[in-house]
This record gives sequence, C-alpha cells and structure tokens, in this order.
Amino acid sequence: MTALSRRAVLGGGLVIGLVLPMGMGRALAQGAPAPVDPNAFIRIAADDSVTVLCKHIEFGQGPWTGLPTIVAEELDADWSQMRAAAAPADVRLYANGLLGVQGTGGSSAIANSYDQLRRAGAMARAMLVAAAAQAWGVPASEITVSKGVIAHPASGRKSGFGAFADAAAKLPAPADVTLKDPAKFTLIGRDQKGFKVDSRAKTDGTAKFSIDQTAPNMLTVVVAHPPRFGAKVASFDASKALAVRGVVAVKQIGSGVAVFAKSTYPAIKGRAALAIKWDESAAETRGSDAMFAAYAERSKTPGTTAAKTGDVDAALATPGAQVVEAVYEFPYLAHAPMEPLGGFIEWDGTSARARFGSQIQTGDQGAIAGVLGVAPDKVAIDTVLAGGSFGRRAQPSCHLAAELAECAKAIGPGTPIRLTWTREDDIHGGHYRPLFVHRIKGAIKDGRIVAWSNSVVGQSFMIGSPFEAMVVRNGIDSTMIEGGSNPPYAFPAFRCDVTADKSPVSTLWWRSVGHTHTGYVVETFVDRLLVAAGKDPVAGRLEMMAAQPRAAGVLKAVAKLADWNGKAPPKGRAHGVAVVESFNSFVAQVAEVSVGTDGEPRVHKIWCAVDCGVAVNPDIIRAQIEGGVGYAVGHALYAEVPLVAGRATVSNFNDYRSLRGMEMPAVEVLIVASTEKPTGIGEPGVPPCAPAIANALAKLGRDRPTRLPMVRTA
Amino acid sequence: MTYKLTVNGQPRTVDVDEDTPLLWVLRDELGLTGTKFGCGIAACGACTVHMDGQPLRSCSLPVSAVTGEITTIEAVTGTEAKALQDAWVRLDVPQCGYCQSGQLMSAVALLREIAKPTDSDIDLAMNGNICRCATYIRIRAAIHEAAKAIA
Repeated sequence: MTALSRRAVLGGGLVIGLVLPMGMGRALAQGAPAPVDPNAFIRIAADDSVTVLCKHIEFGQGPWTGLPTIVAEELDADWSQMRAAAAPADVRLYANGLLGVQGTGGSSAIANSYDQLRRAGAMARAMLVAAAAQAWGVPASEITVSKGVIAHPASGRKSGFGAFADAAAKLPAPADVTLKDPAKFTLIGRDQKGFKVDSRAKTDGTAKFSIDQTAPNMLTVVVAHPPRFGAKVASFDASKALAVRGVVAVKQIGSGVAVFAKSTYPAIKGRAALAIKWDESAAETRGSDAMFAAYAERSKTPGTTAAKTGDVDAALATPGAQVVEAVYEFPYLAHAPMEPLGGFIEWDGTSARARFGSQIQTGDQGAIAGVLGVAPDKVAIDTVLAGGSFGRRAQPSCHLAAELAECAKAIGPGTPIRLTWTREDDIHGGHYRPLFVHRIKGAIKDGRIVAWSNSVVGQSFMIGSPFEAMVVRNGIDSTMIEGGSNPPYAFPAFRCDVTADKSPVSTLWWRSVGHTHTGYVVETFVDRLLVAAGKDPVAGRLEMMAAQPRAAGVLKAVAKLADWNGKAPPKGRAHGVAVVESFNSFVAQVAEVSVGTDGEPRVHKIWCAVDCGVAVNPDIIRAQIEGGVGYAVGHALYAEVPLVAGRATVSNFNDYRSLRGMEMPAVEVLIVASTEKPTGIGEPGVPPCAPAIANALAKLGRDRPTRLPMVRTA
Repeated sequence: MTYKLTVNGQPRTVDVDEDTPLLWVLRDELGLTGTKFGCGIAACGACTVHMDGQPLRSCSLPVSAVTGEITTIEAVTGTEAKALQDAWVRLDVPQCGYCQSGQLMSAVALLREIAKPTDSDIDLAMNGNICRCATYIRIRAAIHEAAKAIA
C-alpha cells in the first residue's frame, strides 16, 4: 500500500502538467472512448516514486495493483517505485469509459483502463525523456528508459524519474505515442505472488476502511430502518434512547430514525431502546414462498420476447420429440461483504467531504449534494478501501450516500459523523440479488436439442434507475436475462422471454448479476438434455458451439485440465462441467463433488479454464477465480434470505450461512493465453461453478437441484 | 464505569458502561481500528484478539469480563506472528483485507499451539473466521508456509 496520503500526493509530489480536458463528460455520455490525460493519473515525486491515481475502488479485486501495472509497463518504471492512491471524485477526469460515470462495476476496471493507462504511461515516459534530452543536450532518440532509470548510454549519464519530473511537467503532453510491443512486456503478464501493493497494510492492521474513519468530536450514527420493505416511520418515542449514556441526539431521516452517539456501542444500544411505530400501508407483505408461487404461475404465460430463433412452439411440438420441462427457483441473496456499509462525512454548511467506500462516485457525489442542497463540486469524496462489495456498494439509488448526507444534515453543520450499519442492517437491508423463477422447456429429437424455451420472471433493479437508458431496451432489462437470451449454443428453435415483477423489496446486482441465475439454468438444463440425448456433456456442448470459439476454447481446456475423458473420479465422487461467458470473459469449470453422510453436497475441487484476454496480473486472476468459486459454492449450497410476511427471517452469519474454510474446495486455474484486450475477472469466476456442482450431483444419482440453495434449512 | 486494562503492553483506563464489548473499547476508545467489526455475535471472527495469548471474539466479550492482557493486530509480535504476516504478503493472501486481522490473530494462536499444523488442525482452528472473499486456500497455504519457515 502506498504510504502517501492524499495530501502528500497532491501537495508534495511534482505534478506533470495540468490539462483539463474540456467536454469530457459530454463525450463520455455519448459513448466516446475516454480521452487520455497522463496528468490525471500519474504523480512522480522527487523520491522517484510513481503514484497512480486509481479511478476504481479497491475492495479486493485488485485494481490498486492492476492499474499501476499498466502504467509502469509503458513508463518503464521499476515495480518497487510504484504506488497506488484513490483518485478523487471527478467525472471529467475519472469516468469509467464503459459506464459513462466514475464508478466500478461490470468487472470493467482493467477493461476500460487498459488503453487509457497504457497511453498515459507512454506519454509520461516521452515527457521524461524529452526533459532529460533537454537537460543533457542529447537527442531524445539516444535515451533509454528501463526499470525506472533514464539513461544516455553514449555519455554514461543516468538518472531516476524524480530529477526530471519538474521539467517534464512544463512540457506539453505528446499528441501521440507508440505503445510497447506486447512481446516486450515485463510487468503485464508477470506471474508472481507477493506483487500486490496493498497486502502488507492488510496484514498489520494499518489499512483503513470506511469504519475506521474518524475525526475529533465525531459522532457515530446507527439508523433504525423499517422491518418491512416499503414501510415508513409513523411516529417514534426516543426518550429511552436518549437516556442511554453516550447518546447525543435522535433524528428522523428519510430512511428511518438516526441515533447519534459519542461512540458506536451507545448508538447501537440507543437504537435498541427506540420505540417506533411503522406505517406499513405500502409495505411488502408477501413471503418468498408466495412470490415463488406467483412467479411460477406467471411464467406459464410467455413475457416479452428478449431473443428468438425459429418457431419454438412448433419445435416443442415436433412429433416424436422428447420434451423436458423444469421450473427453477432462486431466492433473494444478500451480498454480505465482510465490512458492513458505512461512511464518514464532514459538513460545514457550504461544502462537504465524505470518506467512504464509494463505488459509483459520480452518483454518490450528486446524491450528497442533492440532500445538502449544494452543487456537486461542493462535495468531495475520498474513496477509501472497502471490505468487499460483490455489487453491494454500487447503488443506482445512492441510498447509502444519501443516508450519510441526511444524517449530516439532521445533526447540523460542524459535527463530523460516521454512519455504521450493523450486520443485521446489512442482511435485512434489501438490495438483494432478486428472487427469480425460470420456466424452461427443451425438446430432443434424434439425439439433438431441437427446441429451447426459457421464460424468466423476477424483479428489475434497472427499470426506473439512472442506468435504465443504458441497459433497458424495449422494456427489457438486459441484466435480467443476460446469458439466458444468448446462450453459447446454436439451437434450431429458441426463445427467451422475460416478465418484470414489482415489489417494495429493494434489489441490486450481485456478483455476476444476471448470470447468477441464467448461468445455472442454461448450464444445468443443457447438461440434462444432452445426457437425456445420450451425449457426453463436453462433446455434446462442443457440437453446438461452432460459432463460439473462445467459449469452446475454455471448455476444451478445462476438460483437458480435469482429465475429463481420462480416469474416473475417486469412488463416491463425480465430475460435472459448465461454461459461461460473462463480462466478455469466458470461464469453464469442472467440479468434483460427493454427497456427505449428512446428505449435503461436498465440493472437493474445481478445475477452471479462463480466457479474459491479456492477463495483466495472472495471480490476481487466479485469486479472483478462487474467490469467485468460494462465493459461488457458499451461496449455491447454503445461502438465502427467506421472507415471511415481508420480513427477512435471517439476520446475521449465524443463520445467513457463509462458506467457511473447511468447506472451500481446492481450485486449479488455467489461464488461456490470449492477445485479445483484457476483460473482466472479478465476477466471471462465479457463474459456472454452481451448475458444474449440480451436474456432478446428477452423476451421483441426484436430481440437479432446481431450487437454490441446495442445502435448505427448513 | 472506569476499567483498567492492559492492551498491547500498555496500561489503559476507559470510562464506558460495563456491557460495552471489548471490540468497541479497542476501536472507539483506544483508536485501535485494526480489529474489525463483522457481526457482533461471535459468528465471523473479524474481531479476534488475544487475551493472555488465547484467541477470543472481542465483539462478544463485555469489558467488565476482561480478565487478562489484551493483544491486538497492531502489536502482535513474535516468531509466529512475523512468519505468518510475511507469508500472508508473500502469497498475496488478502483480497479486500477486512477479515485478515482476525484471520492472523487466529493463525498466530494456532501456530503457538501447534508448530506443524495439519490441514485438519487448520480447518478446526480457523473455522470461526469467515472470509467473504474466500481467501481460504491461500490462508491455509500461508499457515503451512509460515510453519515451514519457523522450523
């Protein structure tokens, strides 16, 4: 981790130039590629350290290492001189080229930064070389740069970067630069553990998260939220809460009742002492079972067609065809990042500074500004390390930022506050992976799949959100059916349709978004049909993947890695396979599974082949696959947030069961060599895992589970 | 109420209610934020500290029940701690990093107890520590590596 604070970065380092690219926001809004401005991303200090201002939040997926890797490669820096720091909230400089706002999502950090930061690094290198050439009175073409050393071999002159940072700052950024031949990369693609910049601070307790932010005279706030989604405060009595030692104030805000205290525990105790009457007239009162039943019924009538090929109804009626039908049920899931939501804010009446794990800075900045009644440029956001997210911190509604600002406003200017959610707030707090039902039908004739019909029913979290224009077309929210509307298989007759339900239960993207359920349905159902048709699950898939060379490539690779056609698994164990493309990356997995004496599936090993384009940091890719597998296994086997009469019946890690160490399978990863542009890796490890497990269970004589989680606790 | 504690070798006095969990005393009163809040019910291990060398969940121990010397991630020292922290860095164990203070405190206690832990020793000793990033494979590898480095 960098030792540089924000102050040191901006105040102490020498800034190479300062160019404000005008009209960037407008250009991005129109989908233009992000302009390249080395000044926005690179700080070179007199001590030769190079700090990359990272526009993407670091919550374990690795951008604080990945983004500096890209810069260092083109800059010809030595890895030891590289540092990372969070970029401030400024959409003009730090928009995500794929999202149009400053934000992290869709496994896009490396994908949208690769060209931008290569060019930024190359430009900064050219500026340093020009400055050295001028100082030494030699042609720039005779100067070399390697591992952080600028040299003129003919004269024997040598220097670090720091000595020329000031002079380089006065030079114009070159209009164009030649990027390095990838064959000459020394940092991009280097497969090395111990490479990450943030590991040390995360082992000695010095890494600072949202919950660690503090200031003199700060108050800690916890908020009582309604127990049912869509309910509001009707009235409350704070007298007992105010009697708790340390509680300073109790205020009603939009999201509930906020308890302000001198430290965290009195705030929690004070909240418990509140007497609140809730207005539940608009609240969700259904339970999950009722929603499953209603969605299953709804799925009998096709919804809006998202994609189709041929006449699927006719194909399903093919004389002599075997028709298979299944209804799949997916529960609400909480993300449960290790660090519950929270944040810190200082508000002086005219401007605000927030410090928290903001994942969509542009939105959060606007939300805070809106609540406080100031222009967005009066709101600074210091993005700090976040203890996981899995999608939870990226909120189109910006509800956390808004709640933070509401608390600041309620207590008034001049009192810094830290908002803390407890784990119960997190598990009860909605923004769940939506509950989904899929009704799927397939027909087999003469050993071939001749028809495939998939009706999807669930909630949309995009319709009505600021991202609606980006992902909703003809009323269809693509995040509901991604992967289901475009399976990698050529079916002669195909239809995927979708129905969006409405509920006050808030929902949100959850690591790998639509693929969390579409990947499971497609990959378990195609496996079931292929086996019914007498095909091998790998060979049968490949027969239908002629138009999908990269997906087929990882499938073949994982079959080889797991010795699919070789020796049988150990007694009592079976192998299942699945392949899913998500976020433009291709991942195939083979799961080795047995059934324990308790009847629970036991996942022993996952083999994984991944093609995510150029592998910038192979060990981070491996780590993300390991983590994605663990996340997938834990939820597929154990996790759900059931609602009974509109209330979540689980609250914490005692009943929202999380994967533990002894349940973690071994993971073997093969990264397929590729020269394609880098694509996502934070999410794509998740989708193929659960279906691979289910397909292995089928070989053990079990049905492929059609309701998740596989292990249900009454 | 006033409580006298020994934390990381230093005598400390805090004035809090008797039911205040040690976790919040460490974090809010003493500024030792390396120990994390994850669940509040001793179900995740993020708040693990040592009392007289034994690991315990500080979120569920009232300050009034503290009977020994407390050590947190900020001051855990010794052969095992150093070997583990170095192995954690060498293998790039952390992802988000939020649970890792607790993981390390559990691992230090394990290695002090069992110099050469087996996989099953590790599973048992570490089972109370959840990592939502699922860094479990590397945690296990790093414990083995640290044990080897000490031997």
